[in-house]
Amino acid sequence: MMENLFEYSFVVRSLLGALFASITAGIAGTYIVSKRLVFLSGGITHASFGGIGLGYFLGISPVLGAAVFGLGAALGMEYMSARGRMREDSAIGILWALGMAVGIIFIYLTPGYAPNLMSYLFGSILTVTYGDLIALGIISLVLIIYTALYYRTLLYISFDENYARTFTRHVDLFKYISVGLTGLAIVLNIRMAGVIMIIALLTIPANIVMLYTREYLRIIVLSTVVSFIAISAGFAISWFINLPTGATNVTVLVLFWLIARAVRTLRGSLNSDKIKKSIT
Amino acid sequence: MSILFNIESLTAGYDDKVVLRDITMSVEENDFIGIIGPNGGGKTTLLKVILGLLKPFSGKVDFSPGTLRYNQIGYMPQVALGDTLFPVTVEDVVLSGMMHGKGARGSMGRNDKKHAVEIMEQLGLTTLARQPLNELSGGQLQRVYLARAVSGSPRLLLLDEPATYVDNSFEADFYDRLRLINERMTIMMVSHDVGMISSWVKSFACVNGSLFYHPHSKITEEDLRLYSCPIQLVTHGDVPHIVLHKHE
Repeated sequence: MMENLFEYSFVVRSLLGALFASITAGIAGTYIVSKRLVFLSGGITHASFGGIGLGYFLGISPVLGAAVFGLGAALGMEYMSARGRMREDSAIGILWALGMAVGIIFIYLTPGYAPNLMSYLFGSILTVTYGDLIALGIISLVLIIYTALYYRTLLYISFDENYARTFTRHVDLFKYISVGLTGLAIVLNIRMAGVIMIIALLTIPANIVMLYTREYLRIIVLSTVVSFIAISAGFAISWFINLPTGATNVTVLVLFWLIARAVRTLRGSLNSDKIKKSIT
Repeated sequence: MSILFNIESLTAGYDDKVVLRDITMSVEENDFIGIIGPNGGGKTTLLKVILGLLKPFSGKVDFSPGTLRYNQIGYMPQVALGDTLFPVTVEDVVLSGMMHGKGARGSMGRNDKKHAVEIMEQLGLTTLARQPLNELSGGQLQRVYLARAVSGSPRLLLLDEPATYVDNSFEADFYDRLRLINERMTIMMVSHDVGMISSWVKSFACVNGSLFYHPHSKITEEDLRLYSCPIQLVTHGDVPHIVLHKHE
């Protein structure tokens, strides 16, 4: 009975975690890939590790620390790139390393051993609490509502910011909100997906779907579906053959991507065969 | 002829660099102005100030004579190839021209979509509607951006080098479409090809730091020298030839 209950709660937690991570992958991932912000999102994730260390050191929730650092990094980098006074990629590189360094120093200074450190770096569904799930659920809902309400405005600002300025005065406001929400969503997924692994979740699903469609809304919806399937499969595999979840998920995602590429190439060559036949 | 808007002693530029100096001009309704001048002379800067994308150092653009509003201006920026990897379809881009005055929600109704279909038909884009931008040629891309600029039925249309990538054989056709559009709205068009556009525009504005308005479509070397507008005058006759102005 106890075992069943434990398994049941574990499966529910896993599926909810997978669902929320997929929504982040769908909405934030499509934004990141389309705007070519992959490196920036890597910077945000690693900068937030400083917050995790600080959280441990102060004895408060590491996720809260990460959220503050992640949000600060996201908004700070948007501000710097808007001013255009600094080479953006260099700024990201500095923040990336600084965040990791600060995190390690704080954890070193914290008395006692930090047992969950590995899980923050590589992700683990086992350490995800109901509190984490609630936070993830809220940010997922906010992302969905924000995107649904302002879909066209957000699409056109992402596509052509200067043109968007001719029809709305709120381009900068929308950009800060978008980057801020994206940063928060990424950071809240760290516990499950891991600082090092989360970049896969943000880039691979959108890239898989973009092999087949270039309609923005479809990319969001389909990459959510694709990542839900991939993450659920990753969880199942890691559970049955006892592998680390984060690493398994990344491997499954890359496998999906390779298959999607192969299928597209195959279909392309079949089509060109058909065209050749119809010509002759 | 009634005046659409006035530019009054306008000085503008970037950071500490003055690009346009003390410009004054009245733009009349239904004019079709070719904006010409050397590179860096301030042609694009002028469009940006009119659009409100760039605040002038001093002077102003006064919309009150024609009760023009910012959301009644259609804008087609210079097209840069290779910058179109963003996943968006032709139809979505054309629809973005109708965002003016729609508020932050910007929801598109059935009539908006119908109007977009009409505009795409007029510009020969119907078969491309669902196509992503990265699969278009430069000329097609420019027609898409033109469609976006006119889809909001603006009263003023600002075009920045709209025909750079349009195939030579379609260029006349492209300007013919612009002339039809000009029946509905005032057009200001930046171009480097003075000879080509002189068959379609109604007047010229020479921009080289300063601005000289030339109220006819015929423009000579003499005029250009007078306006201190050092550009190459290409005339398209039966025999193609280039007339270069003398070095001083």
